[in-house]
Amino acid sequence: MTDKLTKTGAAVGEPVATGSAPSDAFLDVRDLKIHFPTDDGLVKSVDGLSFQLEKGKTLGIVGESGSGKSVTSLGIMGLHTVGQYGRQKARISGEIWLNGRELLSADPEEVRRMRGREMAMIFQDPLSAMHPYYSVGNQIVEAYRIHNAVDKKTAKRRAVELLDRVGIPEPAKRFDNYPHEFSGGMRQRAMIAMALVNNPELLIADEPTTALDVTVQAQILDLMRDLQKEFGSAVVIITHDLGVVAELADDILVMYGGRCVERGPAESVFYEPQHPYTWGLLGSMPRIDRDQTDRLIPVKGNPPSLINIPSGCAFNPRCPYADVPKGGITRTQRPELTPAGDRHFSACHMPQEERTRIWTEEIAPKL
Amino acid sequence: MLKSSQRRIAAGALLAAATMVAATACGGGAKSGDGGNGKAGAPGFNAGVNKVANPSDKKGGELKFIGSQEADSWDPQRGYYGFVWDFQRYYTRQLVTFKAEPGSASTELVPDLAADTGKISADGLTYTFTLKDGVTWEDGKPITSKDIKYGIERTWAQDVISGGPIYIQQVLDPKNEYKGPYKDTAPDKLGLKAIETPDDKTIIFKLPAANGDFLQMLAMPAASPVRQDKDTKAKYGLNVFSSGPYKWQSYTPNKSMKLVRNDKWDQKTDTVRKALPDSISVTFTTNADDMDNRLIEGEYDLDINATGIGSSARQKVLQQHKENADNPQTGMIRYAVFPQTVIPNIECRKAIIYAADSKSLQTARGGPQAGGDIASNMLPPGLKGADPKADPYGKLGGAPDLAKAKEALAKCGKPNGFKTTIAVRNNKKIEIATAESLQQSLKAVGIEAEIDQFDGAQTSGIIGSPKVVKDKGYGIIIMGWGADFPTGQGFLQPLVDGRFILQSGNNNFSELNDKAINGLFDQALKETDPDKAGELYKQINTKVSEAAVYLPFTHEKNIIWRSSRLTNVYTADAYNGRYDYASLGVVK
Amino acid sequence: MLAYIIRRLFAVVVMLLVVTLVTLSIFFLIPKMTGSDPAAMFVGKQADPASIEAVRQKLGLDEPILVQFWHFVSGIFVGRDYTGGGDTIHCAAPCFGYSFRTEQDVSTMLVDAFPVTLSMVIGAAVLWLVLGVSTGVVSALKRGTIIDRAAMITALAGVSLPIFFTAMLAMLVFRTQLGWLNASYVPISESFGGWFGGLLLPWVTLAFLYAAMYARLTRATMLEVLGEDYIRTARAKGLPEPVVLGKHAMRSTMTPILTIFGMDLGALVGGAILTETAFSLHGLGGLAIKGVSERDLPLILAVTLITAACVVIANLVVDLLYAVIDPRVRLA
Repeated sequence: MTDKLTKTGAAVGEPVATGSAPSDAFLDVRDLKIHFPTDDGLVKSVDGLSFQLEKGKTLGIVGESGSGKSVTSLGIMGLHTVGQYGRQKARISGEIWLNGRELLSADPEEVRRMRGREMAMIFQDPLSAMHPYYSVGNQIVEAYRIHNAVDKKTAKRRAVELLDRVGIPEPAKRFDNYPHEFSGGMRQRAMIAMALVNNPELLIADEPTTALDVTVQAQILDLMRDLQKEFGSAVVIITHDLGVVAELADDILVMYGGRCVERGPAESVFYEPQHPYTWGLLGSMPRIDRDQTDRLIPVKGNPPSLINIPSGCAFNPRCPYADVPKGGITRTQRPELTPAGDRHFSACHMPQEERTRIWTEEIAPKL
Repeated sequence: MLKSSQRRIAAGALLAAATMVAATACGGGAKSGDGGNGKAGAPGFNAGVNKVANPSDKKGGELKFIGSQEADSWDPQRGYYGFVWDFQRYYTRQLVTFKAEPGSASTELVPDLAADTGKISADGLTYTFTLKDGVTWEDGKPITSKDIKYGIERTWAQDVISGGPIYIQQVLDPKNEYKGPYKDTAPDKLGLKAIETPDDKTIIFKLPAANGDFLQMLAMPAASPVRQDKDTKAKYGLNVFSSGPYKWQSYTPNKSMKLVRNDKWDQKTDTVRKALPDSISVTFTTNADDMDNRLIEGEYDLDINATGIGSSARQKVLQQHKENADNPQTGMIRYAVFPQTVIPNIECRKAIIYAADSKSLQTARGGPQAGGDIASNMLPPGLKGADPKADPYGKLGGAPDLAKAKEALAKCGKPNGFKTTIAVRNNKKIEIATAESLQQSLKAVGIEAEIDQFDGAQTSGIIGSPKVVKDKGYGIIIMGWGADFPTGQGFLQPLVDGRFILQSGNNNFSELNDKAINGLFDQALKETDPDKAGELYKQINTKVSEAAVYLPFTHEKNIIWRSSRLTNVYTADAYNGRYDYASLGVVK
Repeated sequence: MLAYIIRRLFAVVVMLLVVTLVTLSIFFLIPKMTGSDPAAMFVGKQADPASIEAVRQKLGLDEPILVQFWHFVSGIFVGRDYTGGGDTIHCAAPCFGYSFRTEQDVSTMLVDAFPVTLSMVIGAAVLWLVLGVSTGVVSALKRGTIIDRAAMITALAGVSLPIFFTAMLAMLVFRTQLGWLNASYVPISESFGGWFGGLLLPWVTLAFLYAAMYARLTRATMLEVLGEDYIRTARAKGLPEPVVLGKHAMRSTMTPILTIFGMDLGALVGGAILTETAFSLHGLGGLAIKGVSERDLPLILAVTLITAACVVIANLVVDLLYAVIDPRVRLA
């Protein structure tokens, strides 16, 4: 295992300066690396990820399980560095700028105070994400009072107001209910209320609809869209479901093996995808307008091990076009992100014309 | 047989390991505790055996007993444990009692409440006693002959006053016609005809048949007076009204007892009890090993049970505090007995006796000190008529006689040996060890003995039942026996008199029923001269040896702790080698 | 809730009745099977069959088992008389039988022994709960470090060493070698200091075993809870770590511990026999041993009942507490 970070002994959890100029973007992630030492070796969950996000905009991060999406979101929240008792700490490098402040080098206490107030998070399974022993209302009140010096009554009023806002009927009554007394959709609404109670400027939603019924999914997505308009937050939505992103995202970032393989405006990524992996994702997406006789086309093979990421292009073992570029370059050299349109980048060794041809002639017609 | 109080409960199983820990841990510096283990004042190993250690007449102090076994009952008519009989003399008096002398001299009976040891009619059927003047109860009222009669009568009420010895009842009222004082229709509840009390000072016993040991029976606490107005019947053992030098101050069963001086007791009327300590306390513990340690530390003076120092503390005592230890004989014989119903052929029984390795059996019992001397016949050394050297089967040498064993087997018609079963109580580790030792030696001559461990708590229903013994084929039973009173009758009669064979609770396991032996017992019982009776018991003992139904292992000994504070300490044969508690003091 | 409690209490009573009947049956049947007679053990060894029969009648052993059962149960409410041999012993309600061994009401013996056992168990429980849980928490938070390993090795030792061994070791070190804590038990009503001093060593010994078990349990549970999503949520809300641990994590961690704690407490009240024996504490365990070794049926019966009652009541209390802690539990 040759890892630059371990060899140079870069301070664990502290960013390696890659340029200290404060960013103009609201959220600016630069060359983020999050590695976990384990008994089996170093797991490179995120390995050089960069992106930017403006206020009021939504970024969809897409990828299979284990592609590093969730690790990225927890990294932004600073949750890899708290509560890791006795375990070997995650090695984090790069920069995360939020509203002009760099988080990785900031005082953990300061980051703690930003959590829940400036950046909030919604989790996948609202049942396990809420404490079973405390009432829903009290959990929201707790989130509010930790950042606002108000009495319980005020906090309760605020919580009821938010429960009402996220569409929970009879919110004052439901305030005292426990999570298990809510339906799945209601719980996720409550979770959203809890995240929004402090008007955060950045909202990260990690698979917010995965655990829900299809009809409820749509309601929650509608709610999120409305709320974003209302609160004007920047939203990062993490999902393996391109349909969700299609609904909400302004920009899309496709992750594979801890790295970004394609990113760009939603329209452009959807209609002119430039990476074979994105093609695979699109092919495996169920669509209402699709001919019912067509089968879904899953991406063949398994996601790569993050300990031994294939040399060259991480996707090459699963890529149907791995042999299109000559000289086995896909196996020896890692492709860098290159422009593929307006604000559109992708990391693939195939020439752009070739990719455009394959997409328009071979892939798109089948979708 | 004295109920063995050697129940060293769970704690006893504690620790072979502890011995090692204790040995190493304590090897360093034993603390010089002020009262306990300092060498000064401890007169030496066996200083209290058959002689008086630390003689003193100084009064005062508190004599502190500790014990791991509570009394079966402190009621004078209900106690049967040996230590209880010894201890009860603190608060009860009898017409006659054992002499305050060390060793075998203690078995002599001397007057206590009575002015003399009684006038016995020539036919041995009438015993007349006159009470001393000035003997009183703890409230100062005089002890009368009627109080003594009433106390003895209580023994008849077996459904209420259960558990104690009933020798007197068997001698005075063998048909059990009297129903006891609680069902007595006579207004004074003194309806027992065999005892007469013509006046408050005189008591007359009328025996239907002579019994030379009747005085022995009168010396038991069961013959103590009980005053009718103080008799709380079944609950009397919780607070006994004292006729002795000490009275009860407090008692909590299984925890503690405290006796204080009875100021109404008059030393002049009592030639036996020294009454030296001002108070006497007893503490009961459930951890026998801890008890031994506390004795060594000097926190207590002696073990009231006197069952011997436990194996984990024994080495420490013998190595570091030997001067505080005594090693008396307990008057018990440990032995194997052969039921004749299972092994009817005498030669086969002799083969077992010859083949046994007495030395290894002694070792299994704990060796010469903790186990005792090798025994060669069935009469303990302290008793009249005993001859420890009588050795018809050559056991005292310690080694088995394989040639004679094989010869006996040939005569038995089983030259290659035979199969049999050894019955042993499952709650007696040492007995199991002796059974294993015996099993080993018998193998050498081809006798294959299988060991059957039976429930020790069910002894009377298992080996006490001749039918069960026969059904289970118990050819060898491992047991032990001690006398209730120190004569040949007390020791031997229940074991070998054919008329004592019972269908349940039997002790004559061999089922020996020899007319000659039975006749000799009748003769001995009529004999009021102890020495002459002793001659007869000697003959009985010889005949028992000839019958080859017993293989004695050891004359039991144990190692008991004597604190350095104790004065006037000596072991008494009358109390099975325990100290004579009534003589002890704690001030030098 | 109230209906639930009443129903459960009713079940407790039924269970205790069954325990009574079973215990009686055992002591009714054993003599029949082994041929040994409890009555014969009460009389002297030369006793004649008539005396044995009289004792049997007095003990009530001659009656059919259901009659014995009825006498026992009714005795609890109205008291009971034992008549025989011209002597009547009155055992006042609540009569749990009369011990013919010690000639005492069993209830008197229980009242005497119960505070001892209770003192020992509760003192030890406080100690082991504090020690065990805090060790477990620290161990979980320092997982993999030398502190964690040392704590867990000690805990393993604590769990594996039998109580009689630790008791013996404790006595050897503290009493014999150092000469400390030599005092015997004194009721708290007489002297708090004496009570405390006399019980300290039993507490420590008993607590060592249980603290070890609780440390292991706490550690495992804590680690599991720390991996829960709602802990991550709590952090994501911006709660300071002490609040996350002290409030969110501890409440979940304590739930299983509370369950075990209730059971242990209930079982120990009747079952700390080894500790009581080792330290010569005259508690319920001592009575149990005494009862069994002396075939004192009324005593065995009462101790069995008390133990069973403690266990089932502890169970009930645990279930009720569980419902208070965990809103998901419905009592029905």
